[in-house]
Amino acid sequence: MSKSYGEEWQSDDVLRDVSVDFPAGELTVIVGPSGCGKSTLVNLLAGFESPDTGQVLVDGTPITGPAKDRMVVFQETALIPWQTTVENVTFGPKMRGDKKGAALQKEAEDLLIKVGLGEFMNKFPIQLSGGMQRRAELARALINEPTVMLMDEPFRGLDAMSRSLMQEFFLELFEENQKTNIFVTSEIDEAIFLADNLVILSNKPTTVQTVIKIDLPRPRNYKMLTTAKAFKYKRQAMDLLHGEAMKSFAVLK
Amino acid sequence: MNSTAESNTVAPEGFNLFLYRTKKHFSGPDPYLTVAGVFLWLFAYWVLCEGLQIWRFTKLPGPVAISKDWFSTTPFQGISIFTQEYYDHIYVSCKRILIAFGIATGLGVPLGLFMGWSRSIRDYIFPIIELLRPIPILAWVPLSILLLPGFEGPVIFLATLASFFVTTLNAMLGVDSIDEEYFRAAGCLGSSRWDVFKNVVVPGALPFIFTGLQISIGVAWFSLVAAEMVSGDLGLGYLIVDAYMNNVTVPMVIAMITLGFIGYFSSACVRALGNRLMAWHVKELAQQGR
Repeated sequence: MSKSYGEEWQSDDVLRDVSVDFPAGELTVIVGPSGCGKSTLVNLLAGFESPDTGQVLVDGTPITGPAKDRMVVFQETALIPWQTTVENVTFGPKMRGDKKGAALQKEAEDLLIKVGLGEFMNKFPIQLSGGMQRRAELARALINEPTVMLMDEPFRGLDAMSRSLMQEFFLELFEENQKTNIFVTSEIDEAIFLADNLVILSNKPTTVQTVIKIDLPRPRNYKMLTTAKAFKYKRQAMDLLHGEAMKSFAVLK
Repeated sequence: MNSTAESNTVAPEGFNLFLYRTKKHFSGPDPYLTVAGVFLWLFAYWVLCEGLQIWRFTKLPGPVAISKDWFSTTPFQGISIFTQEYYDHIYVSCKRILIAFGIATGLGVPLGLFMGWSRSIRDYIFPIIELLRPIPILAWVPLSILLLPGFEGPVIFLATLASFFVTTLNAMLGVDSIDEEYFRAAGCLGSSRWDVFKNVVVPGALPFIFTGLQISIGVAWFSLVAAEMVSGDLGLGYLIVDAYMNNVTVPMVIAMITLGFIGYFSSACVRALGNRLMAWHVKELAQQGR
């Protein structure tokens, strides 16, 4: 698919002929230089925007807009500030009316306990720390039982310590559920640690440069990041990304 | 800091909580600074009018003259806290404000929300509102007298109009201020357009709406008094003009101070209602140290 913004005579080509497969039940991580259109790609996959050419297919069916089978976890946080944590989690099922009442409340509470927010159910998002907000947001997405989870740099803005804890927590959840996950990041270490498949994007106009299969055993832990194999992947990814980053730097100059 | 205090002692409730907070409030410098400020201001006023009797200030009643009349059972210039007439004026003005503010809020908040929510509603209405809004309220006086019968109609109309513009504009800006991500999150979770309106647009715009309501109740008082001064039979604005015409200055100033107190009180009521409805916003402000 392709996508550009702006008026015809000065349009800004963001995506050009991007074609990529996200294998079911696997965790695909998208990395690319900053400003390369990662968020645009997520918006298209989520259905918030539609591509100029091409289409997004889920199990062979083209998408028509946002839907509950593709849950998005946003950059920073998009927990609704005027709802308590538990209200945020129950919001989706309540809106669609497919789960209700005490059963829904119980499910939301169990999910929040699972993500370690049992004591914070009735707090507002602003009263939670950054890491807690991300976990609440994961719970809000998971309760809808999506087939695809779309994560747009979900751990951006967290400090290094919470970030690595969240990565491990997220991997545990993934290894338990094995949902199709699309995870966007700009951190190579994070990408290699999480990914089954690593999609490396080029500079703008963005195309898919390479897809690397990350063959590290699961369950993973942070120690694997310092193995020779992980280093080899990192070197490979960095060589590719560095070249792209240099290009965008040159454009800026 | 807070959590240790709570874990060591039992949290006070009800009246005890009120006592605790009052004590805490009076242990800081804030209330004393306020009292000192008021006295300093009163003292300056007394010096000008009654102490040194500087130039034109001799024409004004000083604080001593005012308080003598205000709290007297037999006021020299006719108005005090013991005369029925004083309360008649207050009652009439307050009633008019309640009606005007009620109509303006009832119309302005929904209209502003819809204008913020729907592009086409905004295209229809916003240019007209922007065209009418800059016309000063006093410029509407002749038209409103021609249009509406009696004293009551024009006066309430003018206060409503002023209040309405402020409320509508703030409600609309309140919707504009909501982050796009919340709409997307709600859409992704499967909300219908109407659900988004109820769960995102209305609560998200509330902080702006209440800022607007605090301004609009002030504006309502402002234009009410202006209207009462031009065309009125009763009310605090009428009392001011009436006293001036009859060359009694004390009731004039008493009416002014009364307006100040009632205005202060009405804004505080709106603010308190807002804080009640927006617990999340109060916590947000508290975290920013406000």
